[in-house]
Amino acid sequence: MVLQSLKNCLWLPCVLRTPKACFWSTASGGLIIQSVSNDVYQNLAVEDWIHDHMDLEKQQVLFFWRNSPAVVIGRHQNPWQECNLKLLRQKNIKLARRRSGGGTVYHDLGNINLTFFTTRKKYERMENLKLVVKALKAMRPQLDVHVTDRYDILLDRKYKISGTAAKLGRTSAYHHCTLLCNADKFVLSSVLKSPFKGLKSNATPSVPALVKNLFEEDPSLTSEMLLDAIAKEYAMQHQIDHHITLINPADETLLPGIRNKTQELQTWEWVYGKTPKFSISTCLNMVYKDSVLDVKVNMDVKHGRIEVCNIDLPEQWLPPGLYSELVKSLTGSKFCPNETTTLVTTLLRLCPQGDELHSRWRLLCENMIRLM
Amino acid sequence: VCIHRVRSCSSIRFIKSKYVCVFDKSALKFSHQQRLFRTSAVSCGQIVQFKLSDIGEGITEVTVKEWYIKEGDSVSQFDSICEVQSDKASVTITSRYDGIIRKLHYSIDDIAFVGKPLVDIEIDASKGVASEEDVVETPPMSHEEHTHQEIKGHKTLATPAVRRLAMENNIKLSEVVGTGKDNRILKEDILNYLAKQTGAILPPSPKAEIVPPQRRAEAVPAAPKDKARKIPVPVPRPIAFAGKDKTEPVTGFQKAMVKTMSAALKIPHFGYSDEIDLTQLVQLREELKPLAEMRGVKLSFMPFFIKAASLGLLQYPILNASLDENCQNVTYKASHNIGVAMDTEQGLIVPNVKNVQVCSVFDIAVELNRLQSLGSAGQLGTSDLTGGTFTLSNIGTIGGTYAKPVILPPEVAIGALGKIQVLPRFNSKGEVVKARIMNVSWSADHRIIDGATMARFSNLWKSYLENPASMLLDLK
Repeated sequence: MVLQSLKNCLWLPCVLRTPKACFWSTASGGLIIQSVSNDVYQNLAVEDWIHDHMDLEKQQVLFFWRNSPAVVIGRHQNPWQECNLKLLRQKNIKLARRRSGGGTVYHDLGNINLTFFTTRKKYERMENLKLVVKALKAMRPQLDVHVTDRYDILLDRKYKISGTAAKLGRTSAYHHCTLLCNADKFVLSSVLKSPFKGLKSNATPSVPALVKNLFEEDPSLTSEMLLDAIAKEYAMQHQIDHHITLINPADETLLPGIRNKTQELQTWEWVYGKTPKFSISTCLNMVYKDSVLDVKVNMDVKHGRIEVCNIDLPEQWLPPGLYSELVKSLTGSKFCPNETTTLVTTLLRLCPQGDELHSRWRLLCENMIRLM
Repeated sequence: VCIHRVRSCSSIRFIKSKYVCVFDKSALKFSHQQRLFRTSAVSCGQIVQFKLSDIGEGITEVTVKEWYIKEGDSVSQFDSICEVQSDKASVTITSRYDGIIRKLHYSIDDIAFVGKPLVDIEIDASKGVASEEDVVETPPMSHEEHTHQEIKGHKTLATPAVRRLAMENNIKLSEVVGTGKDNRILKEDILNYLAKQTGAILPPSPKAEIVPPQRRAEAVPAAPKDKARKIPVPVPRPIAFAGKDKTEPVTGFQKAMVKTMSAALKIPHFGYSDEIDLTQLVQLREELKPLAEMRGVKLSFMPFFIKAASLGLLQYPILNASLDENCQNVTYKASHNIGVAMDTEQGLIVPNVKNVQVCSVFDIAVELNRLQSLGSAGQLGTSDLTGGTFTLSNIGTIGGTYAKPVILPPEVAIGALGKIQVLPRFNSKGEVVKARIMNVSWSADHRIIDGATMARFSNLWKSYLENPASMLLDLK
């Protein structure tokens, strides 16, 4: 296997759809690339870039990438529903929303991601997954792996080692899947469990599954070996050289416009704001002095912002002017703990002074923030 | 207006297109509506039902997840219309036509069927109708997708999108050299043509075709000084500036700031400024920085400023007070919770260091480090952001010398610190020496604080900082 730095070659296949000669046309049929970055946003941006800019008519692309710990939700999913956001923030695990559909996955360096880029006509998920299975079996014939009709790859007929998602555009398409080699299953199961109660939404739900690492089945396997085997199989099927070209997702000259794409994937508007409309109906149990207050909260959240907010407080618990001020300010505001914290603490400056009032306000607001 | 259109349309012959421009009575009804949405003078259109094309893999139905357009919007060919999902695949549906969206056949979360209408698009009749074939995958430039237009007997091939671009820039297609297949005119050709005319740099198209922006090297051919040769000077084509005003609602945190600042300005402010010679403090900090680092703490100037302020507040407690709503009572706060203005992505937030009166400079530095890292991670808690009694704003880290800070209710005073500059000053011997000078601008509530109090507090604070050793005498 030869790893070639791309700086040595002109990246001309990116010239869009003009009938100019493709530099790589001599090595036509396919191209295998691997990202040098472990940043989930950069790697997702590369997918976007290839999808938008490369002419896949002449050659298809296989892209390998791995990420440092991150949770990746599908295009139409709800992060509050899918994962434990508090835990993510605590452990500094990134949250990303990809452009393809499907469910939520946990990535870390023990997981390989594979993306198969083709024209829209040649989009064929089953073939891609069969390729992966073939590669695995060629390496370790005793491995019991097969593809289900839900496009999962199962180990021993029971454990999911790969999940799939896809994105189709006007002329090109991509199918990507994960492959669990040696991921941290403990973190995986704890971050993918959402403590949220009372959430109603039409967002795509994830289907939880039992998972297992290939490494557990055969400790001699490493990510590099798996990558190599799959590359070999792909190269064989596309009749190309078994070369993996390294690319740097931060290279703006190689991939013009990649920085913007990376930025966009990190904005709040994309990660949280693209959540389909949902509603929350829950009860805050607030311990105040010697009693426990049950406060019903109902909220509608659209584009990640609070559209409607109702808090059922006991009569006169907060001065009515203050309560309406709170509700008015929350309406239109992001369903985000940081935004809400700064909002409520700023509003507190306008409150008449008084420890009693302040502590009630703080209690209510802290409970509200905990929801987010 | 419609009749006029008919006349001009008849001069255009459509070759190889399967559909002839038809003006039915219903189109006439739309004529007055067009004016509201269109910039061009077209008034008659034909409604075409854009059907959901084949997704592949034998899929017959999908769920509509997001609309990118709404009824009444203008779309160009290839613009994204909506996002649908089918079994883990997210599909972007793009428009086949230029026109106006007249009807959306589905709402969000509805099931849409392949082969059934997705949206109704009203097409500008004069531009012609592309064939009813599926959008999907023919080699990039198929004949069926374009209309041929005969202008002066010269056949030009171009997609409707390219035609529109040419029309918007008053370019005759017959004058453009096409570099595409069959001498087809591509978008790049129009851009090249434009650039040659104006010598201007055109922004690369948003779908980032990798066409580098035309360089200024392409100068407009100058009018020759030789008057004998009458070479016409090309009229500079106006560059279409696509910038538009953007209006957004004021929400969330910004809304709260609007309220707070409006309340703050009701306080009668007065200002007082002074200059502090920090030469000695700079030296002291240099000595102490490595010690703090050994303990894992970054030591800036702020801990000193904050501690000195607290010592000053012990002598002038009115500056650490609060006036009630009716201005009936003044509450002297026992704790010195000194707020530090912080600039974050969201804007200005002011976390405070609690009980500075019992903290050492090092304690303050530790707390500041904690608040700063939480602030940049967007994880400050409510207790960090409430309970402040006095505020310092170190705007000098960004820049500036003098400022006019706004008091944050329910406080009564605030100080803004400018940047530290190296300036020449006279020392006690009358010599010019290098001094490290910083300016401070105080604002205070003139209802309960008078100028003299502010001045004395400032002098005391200044003396602590100019001669740090004196802080030792009063440290608690």
